[in-house]
Amino acid sequence: MTEKVEYGEFYARWYKPRVSRLWWLRRRSYLVFVVRELSSVFVAWFVVFLLLLVRAISQGEREYQRFLDLSANPWMLALNVITLFFVVFHTVTWFDAAPQAIVVRLRGRRVPAKLILILHYAAWILLTGITAWIVLD
Amino acid sequence: MADRITLQVTRYLPEDSARPTSRDYEIPLRKDWSILDGLNHIKDHVDGTLSYRWSCRMGICGSCGMTVNGEPKLACATFLADYAPGPVRVEPLNNFPVIRDLVVEIGDFLEKLSAVKPWIIREDEEPVDGEYLQTPAELAEYKQFSMCINCMLCYSACPVYGLEPGFIGPAAIALAQRYNLDSRDQGSHERLDVLSTDEGVWDCTFVGECTRACPKHVDPAGAIQRYKPTAVTETLKAFLLPRGKR
Repeated sequence: MTEKVEYGEFYARWYKPRVSRLWWLRRRSYLVFVVRELSSVFVAWFVVFLLLLVRAISQGEREYQRFLDLSANPWMLALNVITLFFVVFHTVTWFDAAPQAIVVRLRGRRVPAKLILILHYAAWILLTGITAWIVLD
Repeated sequence: MADRITLQVTRYLPEDSARPTSRDYEIPLRKDWSILDGLNHIKDHVDGTLSYRWSCRMGICGSCGMTVNGEPKLACATFLADYAPGPVRVEPLNNFPVIRDLVVEIGDFLEKLSAVKPWIIREDEEPVDGEYLQTPAELAEYKQFSMCINCMLCYSACPVYGLEPGFIGPAAIALAQRYNLDSRDQGSHERLDVLSTDEGVWDCTFVGECTRACPKHVDPAGAIQRYKPTAVTETLKAFLLPRGKR
């Protein structure tokens, strides 16, 4: 049996499909998008963790040692491993977007997207190297 | 190759039913027939009540956007033979209210399009001798974005637009950039108020499906990402610089 639909004053009633709750499973890119949105929490935690580290250092050796003990806690370690994974994920997806956002022209020619991407990764490796050198030295 | 193929076409007849239904139509499968040719065959020979939009048949007018096997496509540029042996699902564009069958309501898009002022704005209209001249490099700056045909496939592909209907959307932003990057235009500050809001470029989280769906290779996702640094610098300038220097 069909349900009769009233016409509006000027037009027929529109059908407004509802977005399914599982819309984000329909495509890989949608899934990546949702994971990126949700995992921002871990990126925020990464920032908080760094700020806590800076605070601990500024308050002297005892506080710093307490912070190190806290970081060595298996739960904290597990949380930070997951955080590292998502921070890397955000970095890679951010770098993927960068060549589209950055348009540089040299001598009238657009610098190729690949070069911009390579420069991003080179800068990442360089900064990681410098940080590792400072920390491990 | 089989000589017939089935199109599963979504029908929505508001006077008969509150929900869309699907109807199967078996049509001839010809090598050079697009989905649009198939729909025209149905309309002319099988069922004259079928409603859909079309005009140019050659990927210029942007009227015949629909969802083919789940993907936003131009019906005139999508060939039946590529879907053989079928069946092929033909549905209206996603993320838009449906008026009838494959015809969607596009008023929201048209409002957003005019909100970004997609035309050349001059501060003072100088009388020029002939026309405003432009070098090939200046043309190359915006040409890609000028290829948009307003077919709305990008809106159909964009999950953000589906979830946040206030989002100004890929094509409108790409077209705003088409004029922002035009050397003859002086109206980018007028578009800033629309583009640099939460519902402007900041709603976009770079899913990238708009660029994949675009039949004219406009790259709306690129246009949006490119505008984000501009939005930040312009907003900072508005805060920091005295009015005259912006």
